[in-house]
Parts: sequence; C-alpha cells; structure tokens
Amino acid sequence: MRLTIQGARVIDPASHFDQITDLHIAAGHIQAIGEAPEGFSPSQVIDARGLIASPGLVDLNVSLREPGYSRKGNIDSETRAAAAGGVTSLCCLPDTRPVLDTSAVAELILDRSQASGHARVLPIGALTKNLEGEHLSELVALRDAGCVAFTQGLNPMGSNRILRRALEYAATFDVPIIFTPLDPSLAEGGMAHEGPTASRLGLVGIPESAETVALARDLLLIEQTGVRAHFSGLTSARAVDMLATAQARGLPVTADVAAYQLLLCDEDLNGFSSLLHVMPPLRSAADRRALREAVQSGVVQAIASHHRPHEPEAKRVPFAASAPGISSVEILLPLALTLVGDGLLELPALLSRLTTGPAAALNLQAGQLTLGGPADLTLFNPVQACEIGRNWLSRGANCPFIGQGAPAAVTHTLCNGKLVYQAN
Amino acid sequence: MSQTPQHLQLNHQGQLRHFLTIEGLSRELLTELLDTADSFLEVGERAVKKVPLLRGKTVCNVFFENSTRTLTTFELAAKRLSADVLNLNISTSSTSKGETLYDTLQNLEAMAADMFVVRHSDSGAAHFIAEHVCPHVAVINAGDGNHAHPTQAMLDMLTIRRHRGDFENLSVAIVGDILHSRVARSNMQALKTLGCPDIRVIAPRTLLPEGIEQYGVRVFNDLRVGLRGVDVVIMLRLQRERMQSGLLPSEGEFYRLYGLTRETLALAKPDALVMHPGPINRGVEIESEVADGPQSVILKQVTYGIAVRMAVMSMAMTGQTTQRQLNQEAN
Repeated sequence: MRLTIQGARVIDPASHFDQITDLHIAAGHIQAIGEAPEGFSPSQVIDARGLIASPGLVDLNVSLREPGYSRKGNIDSETRAAAAGGVTSLCCLPDTRPVLDTSAVAELILDRSQASGHARVLPIGALTKNLEGEHLSELVALRDAGCVAFTQGLNPMGSNRILRRALEYAATFDVPIIFTPLDPSLAEGGMAHEGPTASRLGLVGIPESAETVALARDLLLIEQTGVRAHFSGLTSARAVDMLATAQARGLPVTADVAAYQLLLCDEDLNGFSSLLHVMPPLRSAADRRALREAVQSGVVQAIASHHRPHEPEAKRVPFAASAPGISSVEILLPLALTLVGDGLLELPALLSRLTTGPAAALNLQAGQLTLGGPADLTLFNPVQACEIGRNWLSRGANCPFIGQGAPAAVTHTLCNGKLVYQAN
Repeated sequence: MSQTPQHLQLNHQGQLRHFLTIEGLSRELLTELLDTADSFLEVGERAVKKVPLLRGKTVCNVFFENSTRTLTTFELAAKRLSADVLNLNISTSSTSKGETLYDTLQNLEAMAADMFVVRHSDSGAAHFIAEHVCPHVAVINAGDGNHAHPTQAMLDMLTIRRHRGDFENLSVAIVGDILHSRVARSNMQALKTLGCPDIRVIAPRTLLPEGIEQYGVRVFNDLRVGLRGVDVVIMLRLQRERMQSGLLPSEGEFYRLYGLTRETLALAKPDALVMHPGPINRGVEIESEVADGPQSVILKQVTYGIAVRMAVMSMAMTGQTTQRQLNQEAN
C-alpha cells in the first residue's frame, strides 16, 4: 500500500524536526518527507491538516495478560487498545502464566502479536525462573528468542547475593535489566502510600523507604556489576533525587514513570475507589510534583502506561481486597498531553518522553522517523478534546479516567505502514 | 470516581441514610444522634423494652469478623426497635465457599433486607457496600479494618456527655494502640466535631499512625505527662500480634510504660472517667482494680451502646426511606 499523509505538523524529537509537511509511505516504510518521490502515486491519502504526526509511541511497561489471564485481557485486545493510545511498540511484562521464562513463551507471544498485527510487541523476560528469585532464567536463549530486557517486576529476589550474581551474568552478555524497586518487607501488607490519607482511611501504609531502600541497593549493585539498568515506575521525590545523583556521578541509569502517577496522588483515595489501587502506590502531592519535575528535566526520560487490565470482579471488592492496577495503555497519549496543557513541557519535548526517551533507555530501534525506516506513526488532533471511555477497547475497564475529558485524541496509528487504528 | 463520605452518608435533605464514618458529619447531626440515644435509654429501663419504630423492617447483621459483644448489642437494639433480625456470621459460611462480598450482599438484598449492619476486616468495606452493592439499603458500619467504628465512637460520646454534660472544657486522653484502632480514629473525629478543645493521644511512636496531627490532637509518648489533669481516659485494647511484628518488645514493658494503674490514674483529675471499648486485657493495658474501680464506666458504655445503636438505626432507616420517596417522586 502506498500512502500519503498530507499537511500534518510532523514532529520527530530524535532529529528535532518540526514542520508542516507531507509523509510518503510505501511497503511499510517511510519513503519521503516533504516532496513525493518521483513517480509516487498513493493508493490512499490522509488529509492531516490540523493534525500532528509523531513517531509511534514506545511504551516500556504493559501487561498483555496472555498467556494465562484471558479474563483480564489478551494479546489481541490489549495491542488493539495500545494502537488506540498511539502506541506502536510496547514492552510486555513476564507476569504471564506460565511466566515468560522460556523461549517457548516468548515465541508464543511474538507469534500471536504478529498475527494480531496491531503493535510491535517486545517481550521482557523474567530474570529468574517463575519470577521466584532463586534460579536465573536462560537469559541468552531468551534474548535470542526476542526478549529486549529482563525484570523481576515487584517479585523479590531470594537474596542480595542472588541479585548480584544475576546482574553480573546479565552484564556479561550486555542485556538490560529493569528494576521496580520496592522492598518486600517494608511494603508487607501495605496498599497505599504511608501518609495522612492512608492513616485516616485505615489503609496499611507503604513507606517511601520501601522504594528508596531497594533503590539504594540496586544502584550500588548496578555500579558494582556494570549492568545496563532501567528503573520502571519510580514513585517518590526522594527516589528521583537519588536517581539524579547517580546520573550526575556518571552512572548510565534511565527511568520511566507511570503516566497516572503524574496526575493522581494519594489524596485521591478518599472515598476508597478500588480503581485507584495501584502498586507501587500513588504517593503524596509533593512526590507527584517531583516526578513531574523529573520528567521535565529529563532525569526521568520516559513515560509509560503501566497498563494492568483486570476483569470487573477484581475491582468489585473493597479497596484492600482489590487487585492493583489501572488499564491505561489506550489513553497513554491523551494522559501525557495534559502535561503540555499544564505548561510543564513543550509538545516536542513531551513527545520525546514517549518515543526517543523510552527507545533509548532499552536501545530499541523505534521511536523516530527515518527515511527508509518502518512507518510507525501516530496522528492526533491537539485541539480536539475527547471523552475517555467512548469505544473502550481494552478488555480491562478498570480505569479511573473513564468519563473524564482529555485534551486530545489519537486519530490514526500506523504500525509498519499499516493503518492499525483510526478514530471514528 | 468515588463519592466523598459525607455525600454518601446523607440523603438529599441532609438526613443520615448510611452510617459509615464520623468524618464529614456535622456537630448538629452528632448532637441529634446523642439526643435520640438519650431518649432511647429510658426504653431499656421499662418493663416492656420495645418501641415500634422498625416494625416490619428486616435488619441483617452481617459480620465478616467475629465479635460477640458488638453483634449482641446491635441485635438487642434492632429487637427493641421491633425489627426482624437476621444474624450472619459470614467468616464461617459463604466466603469460604468462594462467594464474593458483592454476591453475598446482593443475595441478602434480594431477600428484601432494609438494613445491613456490617463488620469487615477491610477498611472501606462498609463504604463499598453502600456505594456499589446496595445503595438503597441503609448500611451501618460496625467496624471496618482500621478505618472507622462510628457507633462505638458515638457510644463513647454519649458516655462522656452523660457524665460530664458537654465537651467544651474537657481534656480527653486516648491511650495505646492508635495505629491499628478504628475506635481511636472515630473517637478523635467525634471529639473534634463536638468541640472538645484538648484531645490527647498517648502511645509509643510505633503505635501512632503517620500524620496523626491531622486530627487536631496533641501527641504524648509519656503516659505520666499525657495523663496530667485529664477528665477522661480512653484505653485501647492491645492485640498480642503487636509483639510479633516488632512494634513492642513485650506486654510487660508496654504495661510498665502505658498501662493504666491506680498510680498513673492518680495523675488525671480526681474524678476522671475511665473508659475502654472492650474486651479488656487485664494487666496488659489496664489494672484490674482500675477497670473495676469507682471511676470506671466501662459497663455503662455497654448499656449506652444499645441506645446509641437504636438511635443510629432509627435515624438511618428514616433517612433511607425518605430518600426512596424522594427518588420515586423524581421519577
């Protein structure tokens, strides 16, 4: 298919390109920006005047729920939701059943996502067998099967010794490790940020130190082993401060935050809405301010969805008994764009936190517009407000933003030159 | 998003329709509740201890956590209001068969229950039922996790008011495990709302919740300083588990530092009231001689508890019925 996108404001943060022009696409690749190549006759033209064309978004943290949790979501439903959120490349977590700790599971996920074809899926393997923190997964075999990084998620390691060995082994083969620091004993039994709100609601608190104690250990072991490292889902002011200090010392560590952490805080838990039960928890308003500043300064270079779809029953219980997580991949772009409206970031800088920032963190070939490169594109209308939740696609409707307005709407998403999402 | 507690608890005319927490309720409403309870106290002294306010109504006491005392007083309160009463101890029945809280309550609602009295170990459970499961049934919180125990707080307020007249010039100390206590949280809110000028909490730092200042209380770590000149001492029950989780070294050390004994009580005003939500641990947080002594009103609290629960039930039933009529007229 040959496609021309006419008259969009094309923003490519990687090359600092920002102008109103045309894009010409054939055979899944970007053939030209501006003038059409000689003899190029498009079979489809998208009139994109008034729209913004950005590289397709790269989301570093998504639970696809397949295999094993089809009542919460599956590869087809969740990648379709991702396309609606402007995401063309997503890293999926190993928290499947069976856990993504063998090449067979990686291959199954890649096969199914290719069959669905809504988004590029880049699996993250389990650092240890069954995420139990005891025996290393076959990292090299998993890498060769397509895993782009490895993680324990929120599952603890059996010991600091095992963690140190795992990082050394990973460093040997230069595979990146993703950390979500949360000390299990300091967080034990907790369900909300330890602070005045949790105290008043009688919810067991998770102190900030649950994050920072684990982060301090992780930073020391990263430095010792020289492993490539990324932190996913930092939540506290002190954690981003520690990260900034480590970066300033020259440690090449990167980080993302969940988009919803930039908008919500623990005070929103008044009323006990189970939809706001997330892990790690929503922190204080001051922490949220610090996270937003870290995104602004680039200490945190990526915003991710931390998409966790659930079946209705998982949230139709009291707060404490509910499963944590928000279904949010399909509103990643609208949620992130609120930061532009709030004056925190200019549009190109915001788009870099959703494209080049995350791609560079894991060294992924994605998130930029290159001649001859894959046509992964997101088109959106920056001035057309939309109501979140109309035509919801994710199997998980556990999203506290449903029914609210968003500043902009994705109109088209192209993955490999194929139109994978088009707004009605 | 969820509704704030005040909007959920009141009907469109500002009457109580659920009783979930003290937070957000006005001084006028709490005073009305105490006045109503006062009038019901007299019912308990009659030969025929019944009024027909809830005749023909079905009250379900749904307890997901065991509690003989609270369940009994709610049962008695409902019966004195002439309601039909159903007691369900869910911890030993349907949830062990895998039925969810949502389904259990929906089934009970289908049996045309008019009121649920709910105790549950999850904070926010009563709130969840009132908002998401059975908004048309009056929901009374009989204790949810560490969050709230509003009927206990109101019976404590009734006890104080009947012995001291009002709250305007009182010093009240709450002693012990504030962190895990829904009674302490509800009491601090009730005392504040009713105008008590000096609320003190006395505990080691391990038993104090983060951000306790938000309740407008003064914090003391030393019982012998905190008790000086108070009018009321509310002791809290100390659970044995606290020793295992590293919050306290031993029962003995806690008793030495925070136990209410004849010696420490002497630091309070000479006629200071001694209260406890029960069940008491003699020799752990309170000395037997104090619990049984002349200043103790612990058994009075139990008596007043029935009147307070009658007041809460009759007011919530009225509020819920009024709301139903308002809804029908609106349709």
